[in-house]
Amino acid sequence: MSTEPVLRLEAVKKAYDAPEGGRVEVLDVERFEVARGEQVALRGSSGSGKTTLLHIIAGIVKPDAGAVHVAGTDVARLGEAQRDHWRAKHVGYIYQSFHLLQGFSALENIALAMKFGGRVDLARAKNLLEQVGLGARLNYKPRQLSIGQQQRVAVARALANTPALVLADEPTGNLDREHADAALELILSLCKASGAALLVVSHDERVVARFPRVVDLATLNRRAAAGARA
Amino acid sequence: MSTRTSSGGFGLWMLARRSLRQHAVSTSITAASLALACGLVMAVLGIRAQSERAFLLEGSPFDAVLGVRSSATQLVLNSVFHLETSPGNLPWTTYEQVRAAPGVRAAVPYAVGDNWKGFRIVGTTAEQFDDAKLRGRAPRVAPGGRVFDEELREALVGSFVAQKTGVRVGDTIHPSHGPLTGGHDHDEDYVVVGVLEPTNTPSDRVLWIPLEGMFRMEGHVLRGDGEEYHAEHHEEIPDDKKEVSAVLLAFDAPQVGLQLEQKFNRDGKEATLAWPVSRVVLELFDKIGWMSRVLELVAYATVLVAAASIVASLYDAMAQRRRELAILRALGATRAQLFASVVLQAGAIAALGALAGCAIYVAIFAVAREAIRAQTGVVLDPFEIETSVALAPLGMVVLGALCGLLPAWKAYSVEVADDLAPLS
Repeated sequence: MSTEPVLRLEAVKKAYDAPEGGRVEVLDVERFEVARGEQVALRGSSGSGKTTLLHIIAGIVKPDAGAVHVAGTDVARLGEAQRDHWRAKHVGYIYQSFHLLQGFSALENIALAMKFGGRVDLARAKNLLEQVGLGARLNYKPRQLSIGQQQRVAVARALANTPALVLADEPTGNLDREHADAALELILSLCKASGAALLVVSHDERVVARFPRVVDLATLNRRAAAGARA
Repeated sequence: MSTRTSSGGFGLWMLARRSLRQHAVSTSITAASLALACGLVMAVLGIRAQSERAFLLEGSPFDAVLGVRSSATQLVLNSVFHLETSPGNLPWTTYEQVRAAPGVRAAVPYAVGDNWKGFRIVGTTAEQFDDAKLRGRAPRVAPGGRVFDEELREALVGSFVAQKTGVRVGDTIHPSHGPLTGGHDHDEDYVVVGVLEPTNTPSDRVLWIPLEGMFRMEGHVLRGDGEEYHAEHHEEIPDDKKEVSAVLLAFDAPQVGLQLEQKFNRDGKEATLAWPVSRVVLELFDKIGWMSRVLELVAYATVLVAAASIVASLYDAMAQRRRELAILRALGATRAQLFASVVLQAGAIAALGALAGCAIYVAIFAVAREAIRAQTGVVLDPFEIETSVALAPLGMVVLGALCGLLPAWKAYSVEVADDLAPLS
């Protein structure tokens, strides 16, 4: 088994155009690594650049500088369409708001993710939904599911293409405590079972406390740290 | 849903189809407006092309019409299309003269002025049905009938007349005076001896009786020599008393038409030769061409409106679907895939519209067909598809796809980071 980390960030910087003109630097990460199969929590408050960081890791946003190695590929060097194809195959993403496609059933939501990953395997899609306890809700549209069930569909979708890395942005932010605990347990166990590394960003101490490794984003992001000191 | 492993069924078409279904109301309205536009364009193009060809009388046995001095258009309308009233009569001597002219293969005299139940009665000779003289294009009598005997009160009935009135061989008809209903009934009865096979021309709306019968019809006055003359029973009508409304002519060669045109139109003053009939009809089409051009413009205007409705509905849909599109991008859909999906949607809406447009075309054509047939006897066929008509639905699909370009660009420009999650 390779000892190469599944994620390695090197001197990653990102700035955005400010409405009042000029550029606002939001991210400056010198180095950050996640080992294969590792489960890491990034503790970050609002404005700490956590979503930007996850978008850069997922190839949704290109960094202004630096290298973003994910599963052996420097994502920052890929073109946009290449990043899209790569993301579908190698990264699962769980959003706080789930972002399920409303016009599609639970099974179709997963199948579509598979489609963009290059191979639709409906048997596996069904199996994933059964694993998250939705075997009897395959053809339910998101609006026909409870919030907790929608979250479970989102988890299953993130694992659809057997990614090397699963990113989760405040995955329990929309759930009550009971459902949040269950959802987190599900994410942790499924990622472990599939061998995918898990990187969760959250400001919730209850969530962060469940991880063996916790990184403070305010420390990791030198820009945020500088802002905090200023 | 099967559990097979493939990428089939989840491609761009699925995204397009699902989006169309999600916006079923606007999709239906847009497709309906396209259907109307497509049907109108097809109908206008098809009816115009077919009617021009039909009215040009490509299968007509006659090359020219000789009538009293008047406009060639009026002569053709009256004698060939059996419309309008006769501009006047020619003396029998003129008929004899043209009949004897070298190169005139057939000279068929017509005498009009009576009707039966509103259908024109034409007095003529058996030459009208002489297939040999009329290059195999003479109207044919349907099985069970025969051509009238010129000495008897017998009639042949056009197919449209037979269909509309139910008159059959052996029935008796009673002519009325005048080109339309409302005139007094003549005393004579005519026995139907044959029904003509459909020609899909104005002749189908006509009843044919012997010319002699028309001369001798009760109340008819002949003025061949300028003096009024009433034919009496058992008395031969002097040729100089006879007159005809027109003479339909078939020539051996086009030069004959040139010679006769010189003789009647340039050197003479009492008759007009409408030759060739197709040129006269073309001139008529030129005069009334603005109507079809206006119709065409209206049809194209509806196409523009329909095309604009595709742009508007899809553009609005894209604005509403930014989040959904961003999710698709986040899942790995490329900008190009989203672009293609929207163009596919637009093409699909247009294809739906074009398909329904074909049905609307048939419906419009059917209504117009009956109206044209009732007015002129000319029968058009909606399933005789002109190239321009066949291309219209295809053009509509291409236009629809082009209309999808702007909304597709909107989908293309979706930014995941902006439309999916706020920066933090």
